[in-house]
Amino acid sequence: MIHKPHIDWFALSPTLALLAALGLLLLMAVLVPRRIRKPSSALVCASGYVAAFVLAVLLADKSPHGKPIIADAMFRDRWSAVGAVLIAGCGVIAVLVSYGERWRELHVGEYYALLASAGAGMIFFVSASNLMTLFLGLEWFSISLYVLCAIDYDLVGSLEAGLKYLIVGAVGSATLLFGSALVYGASGQLDFDKIATAGHAHDPLLVVGLAMVIVGLAFKSSAAPFHMWTPDAYQGAPTPVTAFMSSATKVAALMVTYRVLVTAFSGEQRLWTWAIAGIACASLAIGNIAALAQRNVKRLLAYSSVSHAGFMMIPIAAANALGGRALVYYLIPYCALSLGAFAIVAARERELGVPVTLDNLAGFAWERPFFGVAMATFMFGFLGFPLTGGFVGKFYAFAAAYRHGWWWLIVVGVAGTIVSAAYYLAVVRAMFMRDSAELQLAPAGGSPPRDLMLGAGVAACLAVSVGSFFAVQPLIDVAHAAAAALPF
Amino acid sequence: MNHWLTTILIFLPVAGALAIWLLPLDRYWAGSLATLVSLVEVGFWILSVDRFQFGRSTLQFEQQQAWFRDLGVSYHVGQFAFSLWLVGLTTIVSAAAIAYAWWAGRERARAYFGLMLFLTGAVVGVFTAQDLLVFYAFFEAMLIPLYVLIGVWGGAGRLGATLKFVVYTVAGSLLMLAAIIVYGLQQGTFDLTKLGPSSNEWLFLGFAVAFAVKAPLFPFHGWLPDAYREAPPEVSAVLSGVVSKAAAYGFLRIAVTKFPGPTHDTRIPILILATIGLVYGSLLAFRAPDIRGVIAYSSLAQMGLITLGIFATNDLGLDGAVLQMVNHGLISATLFLLAGMIERRAATGELALLGGMARGRPLLATIMLTAGVMALAVPLSTAFAGEFLILAGLFQHFWVYAVIGAGAIVLAAMYTLRLVSAVLHERVGPAVSDAALDLRAGELAVVVPLVALLVGLSAWPAAISGHAFGKASASSITSALVETPGGVNELAAAAPVGR
Repeated sequence: MIHKPHIDWFALSPTLALLAALGLLLLMAVLVPRRIRKPSSALVCASGYVAAFVLAVLLADKSPHGKPIIADAMFRDRWSAVGAVLIAGCGVIAVLVSYGERWRELHVGEYYALLASAGAGMIFFVSASNLMTLFLGLEWFSISLYVLCAIDYDLVGSLEAGLKYLIVGAVGSATLLFGSALVYGASGQLDFDKIATAGHAHDPLLVVGLAMVIVGLAFKSSAAPFHMWTPDAYQGAPTPVTAFMSSATKVAALMVTYRVLVTAFSGEQRLWTWAIAGIACASLAIGNIAALAQRNVKRLLAYSSVSHAGFMMIPIAAANALGGRALVYYLIPYCALSLGAFAIVAARERELGVPVTLDNLAGFAWERPFFGVAMATFMFGFLGFPLTGGFVGKFYAFAAAYRHGWWWLIVVGVAGTIVSAAYYLAVVRAMFMRDSAELQLAPAGGSPPRDLMLGAGVAACLAVSVGSFFAVQPLIDVAHAAAAALPF
Repeated sequence: MNHWLTTILIFLPVAGALAIWLLPLDRYWAGSLATLVSLVEVGFWILSVDRFQFGRSTLQFEQQQAWFRDLGVSYHVGQFAFSLWLVGLTTIVSAAAIAYAWWAGRERARAYFGLMLFLTGAVVGVFTAQDLLVFYAFFEAMLIPLYVLIGVWGGAGRLGATLKFVVYTVAGSLLMLAAIIVYGLQQGTFDLTKLGPSSNEWLFLGFAVAFAVKAPLFPFHGWLPDAYREAPPEVSAVLSGVVSKAAAYGFLRIAVTKFPGPTHDTRIPILILATIGLVYGSLLAFRAPDIRGVIAYSSLAQMGLITLGIFATNDLGLDGAVLQMVNHGLISATLFLLAGMIERRAATGELALLGGMARGRPLLATIMLTAGVMALAVPLSTAFAGEFLILAGLFQHFWVYAVIGAGAIVLAAMYTLRLVSAVLHERVGPAVSDAALDLRAGELAVVVPLVALLVGLSAWPAAISGHAFGKASASSITSALVETPGGVNELAAAAPVGR
């Protein structure tokens, strides 16, 4: 008789909530009349995410001491629970942003089903505790995202985005898998904590495996030089999908990277801190410089997300408790800023019916002041200005680097930020300081579409980005609790 | 309520800004609400002068609230005597600027007045923050409204001007952020009243560059002429009158106080740069083709002079620097507002096209001449007192710079008189029509108080110079400023002074 492991259903509940939503959505895609399919699917998907959010919060509250569960396949601890909270939060807002998109009704059920599936995969992924579940989780959410990118196949570039993401993402997954195999070959272990204790430090096989694992995960967090898919995929994918990818995927990939490195490869810390610092510098340099040349706002934000991947690699490279806090804290405003910025791009896109560029943002802020002010706040937040959590996030990331003794990493980060001022402010300039009379094209027609859901999503993002500046202490407490689950 | 006073001074304008942004006011009511709020703000400042105990050299109206504990950052605000004067300068100049904008009328009034009030709050925050990170947050927060104010309501070349302005200042202030992080983590606190001195030259440079850009000092002034020319006149008034003082305040409160060693070592190069700025700015002001150019470059010169006073690091120099900060703030604000009024009448600021405006416009001529006389520091004027103190302080250690500085006062007379005569006297310029009116009541209401303050200060400059550092002599400023209410930190203990 096969030995069955004890299953901690509560620890799985955020994932299961989303899986339940997924199943229900697939049934509804066939059974519910077309007329009400869109609102009902969105409602179910949003409920799934809200349930996952609530369950993840409860889980975080009830798991003060991290422990492996289900035959050591997953962790039940606050690091993964906080990751799940963030991912579910991103999912709720992604649903709000998606609602007003002009989906063809044939696909709307499947769209929300895939969105739920991607979130479920990510939540599974952040709690992975061995190389097997790590890979399963990665493929689970990646495949959902490949399809989501290409779902709007008559949108120019959507199929291309999906295909590029699929091919490059597959290379990343294959690298991760190969690396995992090498690590297993070297240590004979799959579990993260057992790899560390297997005592094969500096084994060439293990080191090559480590390098490939880092590369595989860096593909997902779109850190340079593994970012090549990012601009095309972000630009081509439907904007709500881009919003979700740029926020939730980063949470999952970066939090997992940190966990894998400090739990499984603590013996190689000297090596991987340098490797991650190198990736951070490359991302900051490439992301910021490439963004300067962009006119298309989605592409610009894609490169900005590359540079922010670099920023969030700084606390990972610091490899200390402060770095853990810094990463978790930074992700909170970052997700809000990123979702909000893409949501506003989506709003402008729906208004004009063409891809949003810096030129056709002209006068936007005066026509729709709330969105204009929100977008300006998001841009200043990305830039790390006060009154948004982006400022405190950067502060913590730099502080972590300094604790590690790497003041030069601060200098690189500062240099990247100075460059980024040029393009973030270009967006503000386009919206506020240029007249809509300069606009060379007519809006799609009529008054701008009323999109309460999107407005609510943007308001939530605005509240989180500004609120995280004022309520630093409670958020840092959360981050502290999460980081305490990692062995520093 | 004493300990709330500083917080009220910071957040009253911010609350006013939010109200103006959110309420559906028309142009007139937005302007009047903003003017009202800024006048109430001045009222609160007068109240705080009334309650301030000038005999004590400690921090007053202090308030502290933990912000994030693990790195020792707190919302900590309070005022020293010199902060009090700079806060007063801010509230008064902002009130004048807002009232002028209300009178002159601005497009998109709600956004405009909200941003002006927000700017006021941020500057007051800079002058009162007692935590490095809070200081930085306010310092950066000033940039956002300035960027939008110049970029949206500025002149034709505004986009280029804002880009230069922002790139310069962001570069400077991010270096400061790096320095703040390293400094604070080294010392385990970010509280300015608890931070001990550091001898790290790199940290000092990080701060010094940020302040040198914002002031601006000589090689960092590339953004200055464009920003001052393209901004709406009242924004230029705030920018040169108040925001530049934030930089001088930073030198005084952080760079000099916390880094006595590096200050001592880098003093000579800084004095040389400040002197170059003083002479070079004066010469450029003499050659500038337009009113705002003259005022802009004279600001460069005056900031050089103030820096000389600060880096003299003795009683006279520091007292003079604080007095001169207030003087120059009031003078340049008055001149920029006058420039705006003249530009409204002539539709140009080109000196070649102006002239002869004194005839039939006695009020304009009187006000402008008075402000000009103050600016060129004639004896008995408050600016003379300030410059005299600075130069006397400087003379004690570095007589060469004092001599050059005294020479620059002659240059100041030259450019100011050139400005006054090119606008008011000489033959009537082609841009000046006979129909151009004298100053209206609304305009007088804005500039007369500023000029009256200058005249009053001329009668009693010691109101500020004698009450800038409390009982402790200014040369013991390093110890006076790191003193905590509960005790004295290691620096003060190491260098005991008569308190």
